[in-house]
Amino acid sequence: MKVTEKEVAHVAGLANLELTAEESARMLHDLNAILSYIDRLNQMETANVQPLAQAPGLMIPGEAADDCARDDIEGGLRKSLPREEALENAPASDGTFFRVPKVIER
Amino acid sequence: MVFKLPPDAPHLQYEPVIGLEVHVQLLTATKIFCSCSTRFGDPPNTNTCPVCLGLPGALPVLNRKAVEFAALAAMVLGCRINETSVFARKNYFYPDLPKGFQISQYDKPLAESGGIEVPTSQGNKKIGITRVHLEEDAGKSLHDGFAGSDTTAIDLNRSGVPLIEIVSEPDIASPQEAYEYLNRLKEILVYTGVSDCNMEEGSLRCDANISVRPRGQTTFGTKAEIKNINSFRFIRDALEYEISRQIEVLEAGGTITQETRLYNPDEGKTYSMRSKEQAHDYRYFPEPDLLPLLLNAKRRAEIQSMQPELPEALRNRLIAEHGISAQDAAVLTSNKMLADQFERAAKAAKNPKRVAGLVQNELMGRLKAKGLAIEHSPITMDGVALSADLVESGAISGKMLKDLYDLCFERSQDFPDVYEQTGRPQQSSDTSALEKIVREVFAANPKQREQYRGGKETLHAFFVGQVMKASKGQANPQLVNRLTRYPGRVPATGDKVEIEGRTGQFEVVSVDEEHWQAEVRPLAGADASELALWSLLRLVAY
Repeated sequence: MKVTEKEVAHVAGLANLELTAEESARMLHDLNAILSYIDRLNQMETANVQPLAQAPGLMIPGEAADDCARDDIEGGLRKSLPREEALENAPASDGTFFRVPKVIER
Repeated sequence: MVFKLPPDAPHLQYEPVIGLEVHVQLLTATKIFCSCSTRFGDPPNTNTCPVCLGLPGALPVLNRKAVEFAALAAMVLGCRINETSVFARKNYFYPDLPKGFQISQYDKPLAESGGIEVPTSQGNKKIGITRVHLEEDAGKSLHDGFAGSDTTAIDLNRSGVPLIEIVSEPDIASPQEAYEYLNRLKEILVYTGVSDCNMEEGSLRCDANISVRPRGQTTFGTKAEIKNINSFRFIRDALEYEISRQIEVLEAGGTITQETRLYNPDEGKTYSMRSKEQAHDYRYFPEPDLLPLLLNAKRRAEIQSMQPELPEALRNRLIAEHGISAQDAAVLTSNKMLADQFERAAKAAKNPKRVAGLVQNELMGRLKAKGLAIEHSPITMDGVALSADLVESGAISGKMLKDLYDLCFERSQDFPDVYEQTGRPQQSSDTSALEKIVREVFAANPKQREQYRGGKETLHAFFVGQVMKASKGQANPQLVNRLTRYPGRVPATGDKVEIEGRTGQFEVVSVDEEHWQAEVRPLAGADASELALWSLLRLVAY
C-alpha cells in the first residue's frame, strides 16, 4: 500500500472533491496501482537522462527559447472577447461581473 | 501604533528577522500569456480571452517583453539569470483564479542570488535577494459595495497580467530597514522602466515575513506573514506592531503561531486571518503547456545592454560632472524624468551649476510653499535652463529672476512664456554692461546731456553714436536706441511715468538709484500684468 485512506481524503480535499465511501475506496485502489507502476519505472537507470516535462522540450534549438515567444502587441495573437461573450458561459453574472457565492476564507 | 517600552525592557533582548516578498507588475502592453491589454481602469471583464479566462483548450504563449523586463529587473537587482528556468503550476482554488492554478515558477526560477545596497543608520547594508521569478496575476474580487448581495463580484481584467515576485533574504533587521529596502527597490525598478510601481493601482504589493528571536540566537523564531499592506509606511508600522506583539507573547511564556495576519492601518494592529490551519499544499508541477525558458548568453547580453544608469550611479555622475552638491543630486534624481530633464537643461545651459543652484534656491522653496511636487512645477527644467542663461549673461538680475519666478507660479506658466509676456525684460542694474556704458557716456558729456534734457532731440543720435563707439560696435542698436532715451533726471516717488513700449501710466513707488531701478505700480488703464521693477532707462515722460 502506497497511500492510505487518510491521504486520499487529503488530496480530495485539496482538489475540492467530495468522495463517497465507495469512490474513496476505488481511488485508493487506483492510486496504489498507479504508484506501483511508478515504482517499476523508478527501477530504470535515469542518471544520464534529462528530465522532460514538456513533449517538445527536446526540440528547442540552441537559440533562446523565447524565440517562440510572441511580441507585446495588444490583440496581436487574438483580440479580447466582447464582455457579453466572456460572461456568456458563467453560471452567474450581472452583465458586468462574474458573480460567485460570497467568498469565505477557509 | 508602537508600544513605548522603557530602555531596559525585554524588547532589547530580542531582535527581529524580516524578509519581504514583493510583487511588481511589469510595464507590458499585454498580459503574460495572451494578447489582452493590461490597461488599468478599463471596464470590468473587457480585457479577457479564452487564455486568461481559463477556458478549456486555451494555450498560453509567452510575452517576450515580459521576459525581457523580468530579466532586466533581475539583473539590476544583482541576480544571476538562470540559463534555463521552468514555469510551474501552483494549484489552489479561489474564484479570481479561473484555471484553478497560477502559472508561476518554482524550483527553477528565472534568477537567483542578488541583493541591493540599502542605507541604514550605520551606513549602507546589503540586503540579499533570494530569487526573482515570473508569474501571472489573478483577477480581482470585489466583496463590498454590493449592498444586500450574498455574492462576490469577479473582474478578470487583471488575470494574466505579468508580475515578478522578488523574495528577499531574511536580512532585514528592523522596520526602518524594510522601509528603506522597499524605497530603494522601487527607485531601481522605476528607473529601469520595467514597472511604474504604483501602489494605488496594485503595481507593487508587499507581504512581510517576520519573527523575533533572543539576541545572539542563530536559529529563527516562528514567523508570521503579514499581508495586504498598501503603503511602505504601513509596512513599517505593521512590522513595529508585530515585533512588539510577538515579544509580548514570548515574554508571557506563550508561543508564536505560524500564520497569516492582516494589518489594519486605522487601528495600527495586525489580526490573525485564522484561516490556514493546514500548511499550504500547492502541488507544484512543471507547466506542460510552456517550454522551459531558455536565455542563452547571447540573449542575456542583449538584455544586459538595455540596462539604464541606476540612480546611485547617476547621482555620483551628476556630482562629478556638474559639480553639484549631494543634496542637489538627491533632489534632482528623485525621479528619472526630472533627472533626464535636468541633465538636458544642464548640458544646454552655459553653467550647469547655476541650473542646479536655481533649482535648489529658487524652485524648491516656491514649490514647497505651494505644496507642489517637482513634477508639477510650472517652471520646467528647460525654463530653469533659460533663466540660468539669462542671469549668466547678465541679461537679467537675480532680483528680476525672482520676480519672474514668482510670476510663473502666480500664472502657472513656464519661464519662457512669462519672460516673453513681460516683454523680455532686460537687466538695468550696474551689472549690465550696456547700461553701464550708457551712464558713462551721459556722465562724460554733461554739456550735451543738459541740452538733451532741455529738449534738444537731435542729440539722441549723438548719444547713440557715443554708446556704439564705447561698446566697440558690439551693442544691440535697438537696445542702445532705447536706452539712450534717458530723460535726464531721476524720477521721484509719486511721479507719474510711462514705460517705453507699454500702455498706460504708472506711479513710481520707490527708486533705487544705485541700480538705476524704480518700482512702479500701474495706474488706471495700465497693463497691470507688468513687472513692478523697471530700469530707469525705460521710464519716460515724467
